[in-house]
Amino acid sequence: MTAIKEVERLDTDEGGMGYLQSLPRRVVTVYLPLLVFLIVLLFPFYWMTITAVKPNVEMTDYVNYNPFWVVHPTLEHIRYLLFETSYPGWLLNTVIISTAATFLSLAAAVLAAYAIERLRFSGARQVGLAVFLAYLVPPSILFIPLSVMVFNLGLYDTPFALILTYPTFLIPFCTWLLMGYFRSIPFELEECALIDGASRWQILTKIVLPLSVPGLISAGIFAFTLSWNEFIYALTFIQSSEKKTVPVGVLTELVRSDVYEWGALMAGALIGSLPVVVLYSFFVEHYVSSMTGAVKE
Amino acid sequence: MAVPSVAVQPRPSTLSRLAESRNTLGLGFMLPAAALLLVFLTYPLGLGIWLGFTDTRIGRPGIFIGAENYEYLWSDSVFWLSVFNTLLYTVSASILKFVLGLWLALILNEKLPFKSFFRAVVLLPWVVPTVLSAIAFWWIYDSQFSILSWALQQMGLIDHRINFLGDPTNARASVIAANVWRGIPFVAITLLAGLQTIPQSLYEAATLDGASRWQLFRHVTLPLLTPIIAITMTFSVLFTFTDFQLIYVLTRGGPVNATHLMATLSFQRGIAGGQLGEGAAIAVAMIPFLLAAILFSYFGLQRRRWQQGGGD
Repeated sequence: MTAIKEVERLDTDEGGMGYLQSLPRRVVTVYLPLLVFLIVLLFPFYWMTITAVKPNVEMTDYVNYNPFWVVHPTLEHIRYLLFETSYPGWLLNTVIISTAATFLSLAAAVLAAYAIERLRFSGARQVGLAVFLAYLVPPSILFIPLSVMVFNLGLYDTPFALILTYPTFLIPFCTWLLMGYFRSIPFELEECALIDGASRWQILTKIVLPLSVPGLISAGIFAFTLSWNEFIYALTFIQSSEKKTVPVGVLTELVRSDVYEWGALMAGALIGSLPVVVLYSFFVEHYVSSMTGAVKE
Repeated sequence: MAVPSVAVQPRPSTLSRLAESRNTLGLGFMLPAAALLLVFLTYPLGLGIWLGFTDTRIGRPGIFIGAENYEYLWSDSVFWLSVFNTLLYTVSASILKFVLGLWLALILNEKLPFKSFFRAVVLLPWVVPTVLSAIAFWWIYDSQFSILSWALQQMGLIDHRINFLGDPTNARASVIAANVWRGIPFVAITLLAGLQTIPQSLYEAATLDGASRWQLFRHVTLPLLTPIIAITMTFSVLFTFTDFQLIYVLTRGGPVNATHLMATLSFQRGIAGGQLGEGAAIAVAMIPFLLAAILFSYFGLQRRRWQQGGGD
């Protein structure tokens, strides 16, 4: 918390020597590069959007229509996507799987972070380090053994395959983030409660958790975004078309052998991105500050 | 003699009881996370190493065959090509991400109108699902209707369409560009956080001493930013090295394996081809590289503690 406040304080008086620079110089060193960065970083989204509402005729005719603009916007691609494909089902699957994995991971991470940071059991430091190392194990080296396990456990092609495997990358991350957050809560509050005879469980639920709501929200958003974006497990563990998640469904079901439905593909990518973008835009300040906070740990 | 020992006795016992209850409680609290991680992370990690020594296929449990998979891979030119591609991809994308990300961070650290808006917008490529933005790049790189080709043609810079994903060199450059596009925001925002912890007074003092802008950057910003750069870039390198999604969407390793990374080759052989043992061996071959990156991160953290004056 103090770190975040400090950032904000520094925020206000940074560029304190900006007056030493003349305006034309600032245009060249700051505004122009920033404009280029923004155009490059945002162009794919613009292109996605414009393609999603472009009729097929305009999409492939660059001679008569300027490709950067759309003359007769159409909702045909979006209608096709929502009513003639399994897209709504994929959205629902993704929401269910991401929500379940997020809550499961958050619950486990809250307990683990509290134990490591506050109960200080013997070996807590080593466990904390192990959790950090667990975050560094990438899904790309786990998906083959996991697929064998998922198959043997009878979870293949069920949402549980994903709900149970996503926590492997969510728990380490959330635990790490929450450990930093719990550290900022004063010890004295807990000591008072202990003297008043509160149990550890009561301290956690009545004192620590209410105080760490912002931390829980950022951990939750991170976890939800990460599960929403997950691809390799969802690609490997799910086979039936109607059980797929959005990223896998869009890529494997909307792309047919040789005819690319670019409009529908872009609409699918756009609508699939919207939930995380909306979620993120509501909590962007939490997001940025907790990310910077996590970095400073 | 006996009296003090009696008087002292209860204290260690209550202390040890307290420690014990802490430990039991700690164990209980750790249980859900530990169970999930041990079952779905540690065990598969071991299982993966074991699978690499077997000839397991999909639907058929394998037997131990020693290092045969590795011997086969050792003489497999496609595997070595994927190692080369992975290193090329990781090194060039990481350098570009670092340079451009640091540049963007420095720009965003200037006094700007609508700064928080820019900060939020810049993060978008990182927030949006990689597969979905990769699909947009796929369309941007389309061989016939690429908007880039069209724009460059209109400007008169090229006279025929660029075959972005069909030509080995172009394909490599294209996937690296898409990866850099997605990675810049993460690097920029974390480095921006680092920049904001540098006190302004240092810059003011250096300016009074007559430092130029370059000297300010070289002797104030860079040394103070080094620890965060080390951590950010370790993460960036780690995730670039194990990248799968982007390649799978854009090229699936083609043309002629020119963009196959170790992760995509592992998927192609292990899952699509059904040779689980061989796929696992390719995945295991990534571990030494990852360990190197993690050790690098560890020493980055050490250096940081030392810089902050911490003891351990």
